[in-house]
Amino acid sequence: MTDKTQFSGVWVFAEQREGVIASVTFEALAKGRELATKRGTHLAAVLLGQGIKEKAADLFAHGADKVYYVDSSALAGANSDALTAQLAALIAQYKPEIVLGGSTICGRSVFPRVAVRAQTGLAPDCTGLDLDASGVLQATRPAYVGNVLATVVCPEHRPQMATLRPKAFKKGTPTAGRIGELIEAPAAVGDVKTKVVEVVRDAGNQVSLTAADIIVSGGRGLGGTVHFSLLTELAKEFGGAVGASRAAVDSDWINVSHQVGQTGKTVSPKLYIACGISGAIQHAAGMGSSEFIVAINKDPGAPIFEIADIGVVGDLFTVVPALIAALKNR
Amino acid sequence: MHIVVCLKQVFSTPQVRINPETNAVIREGGEWIINPFDEHALETALALKDTVGAKVTVITAGSQQAEAVLREALARGADAAVLLSDAAFEGSDAWATAKILAAGIQKVGAVDLIVCGKQTMDGDTAQVGPAVAEFLGWPCVTYVRKLAVEGTTLKLERLFEDGFEKVEVVLPAVLTVGKEINTPRMASLKGRMAAKKAQIAPVNAAALGLAPESVGRAGSPTRIVKMATPPKKTGGIKIDGSDAAAAAKTVVEKLRELKLV
Ligand SMILES: Cc1cc2nc3c(=O)[nH]c(=O)nc-3n(C[C@H](O)[C@H](O)[C@H](O)COP(=O)(O)OP(=O)(O)OC[C@H]3O[C@@H](n4cnc5c(N)ncnc54)[C@H](O)[C@@H]3O)c2cc1C
Ligand SMILES: Nc1ncnc2c1ncn2[C@@H]1O[C@H](COP(=O)(O)O)[C@@H](O)[C@H]1O
Repeated sequence: MTDKTQFSGVWVFAEQREGVIASVTFEALAKGRELATKRGTHLAAVLLGQGIKEKAADLFAHGADKVYYVDSSALAGANSDALTAQLAALIAQYKPEIVLGGSTICGRSVFPRVAVRAQTGLAPDCTGLDLDASGVLQATRPAYVGNVLATVVCPEHRPQMATLRPKAFKKGTPTAGRIGELIEAPAAVGDVKTKVVEVVRDAGNQVSLTAADIIVSGGRGLGGTVHFSLLTELAKEFGGAVGASRAAVDSDWINVSHQVGQTGKTVSPKLYIACGISGAIQHAAGMGSSEFIVAINKDPGAPIFEIADIGVVGDLFTVVPALIAALKNR
Repeated sequence: MHIVVCLKQVFSTPQVRINPETNAVIREGGEWIINPFDEHALETALALKDTVGAKVTVITAGSQQAEAVLREALARGADAAVLLSDAAFEGSDAWATAKILAAGIQKVGAVDLIVCGKQTMDGDTAQVGPAVAEFLGWPCVTYVRKLAVEGTTLKLERLFEDGFEKVEVVLPAVLTVGKEINTPRMASLKGRMAAKKAQIAPVNAAALGLAPESVGRAGSPTRIVKMATPPKKTGGIKIDGSDAAAAAKTVVEKLRELKLV
């Protein structure tokens, strides 16, 4: 058991790809700021990379009082061996009370490992976070494919670690010119056994599904690959990404990387438009936490209408083109 | 090469609910299955067995009834099965589960590769694979969608949100995989017959050298203090789409009002 009094401060792991800080980091900073104020402690961000010291300014602007920065070529990419060792080393040295990160592929690869090294618990993929009077983090997270909302605590070990589902928390408004303390720490990346040989960006998938603010998704109702171009067009009008149900993926109309749901991706965009998707529980599990849902389905009894904010009962082949037209003459 | 596959038995989920009075998880009307992603982990190992030759051991931490997923894996072509089962394991969180599995794998002996699913559909934590790696002090590559073996090096492609990375790792290592990597095979009739007869003796905490209080509820850093049914969305307005242009206009106006466009 840990001597809890030695631990203080709320930390946010600043995830970056090629120097661009992931938006979930700003969402975590906004939540972290709130928790730090409630706890009467400071908020710090941990920035690991190479030649990106100036990015600390963005973290200060979003509420960090301190930024721990480590510069190393081993930290330039998203090598989880190196990130794990470095984050664990900083935690061992500075003893934060709470450590937050994104429930992204990077966060999901690094945080479980850090939790083992730091001998503490982790609440992954949270959609709600709060503190009780004694400083115990109350982390709520969907389990059983979204059928259950569980509240997880880690009462006896420190730090308390959690990853936040992207887009489930709101970003704050940055204060330009806000400054804080920059602490440069030496690299401690340990024994890096994984070598990243090449990074390939998926050109066909410009907007990544989990990062998209708007997603237009198609299901079996689309009837074929060719009709996905209709959705691509609609997504383009919105500046959004294209998603799909498993039925559409299993029919080989679209690549599996677009699948939303229990065995696909979990998304929480501001706007989710479901076209020709019935809204099976396994699909809803992946998109039910979207802020606003529009459904287009010709069956008035489709379960998707139970979770849609606006349901259009009609043929997607007439409604979608009409939507594109309406958006064009806005 | 000796490959261990971590399999979890899960309940097919549409039927899982919470009893509003007792907050207990209710499982009814469904069935116990192999966690869907773990089928892909198993297939990854069996494919290596077919192509480069390997011994495949499947392992699970669970109750006696979890034996069923091990038999299914044997039927599909796994060579050996290990059931880690003890009352002391009950209530383990992902952290403690990983500790149990790591101890079990150490007992299995010389292992070169461990393959896990990327995530379970009950716990949904995506934590156990990377945590097993850490307990063993091995590297871990997550979300692998393609792999090739060259001597003791694995050449991998692992997914990212906006693309993928080509990665190399020297064995021993832990991988987690999703459905992108392969299509799981079915069991053969002959395999099913053989699997039926296999002896699977449960391995308990003492046999793994784990103190009862270091696992299970007592050994888990996290605790679930509340289970609730997520607030049900009540559904919003329904509009008639037979006049597509009018319906589209209503939708776009609403979205504009909410500053979504
Ligand atoms: C273990 C497991 C995991 C799963 N994981 C996932 C997952 O990750 N993601 C997922 O999506 N599913 C998943 N599923 C499958 C899920 O149960 C459903 O089968 C699937 O979501 C159905 O896809 P759909 O809505 O596109 O098709 P359908 O259920 O066939 O619905 C098609 C809909 O389109 C409507 N339609 C047809 N034509 C038109 C038209 N011209 N205009 C308007 N509407 C039209 C119909 O009214 C219907 O409602 C999983 C299932 C299992 C068992
Ligand atoms: N009790 C278990 N027994 C065996 N393997 C497990 C167990 N729990 C989790 N795993 C493995 O770890 C992966 C991730 O699980 P989770 O962290 O629960 O999402 C699964 O896909 C399995 O491969």
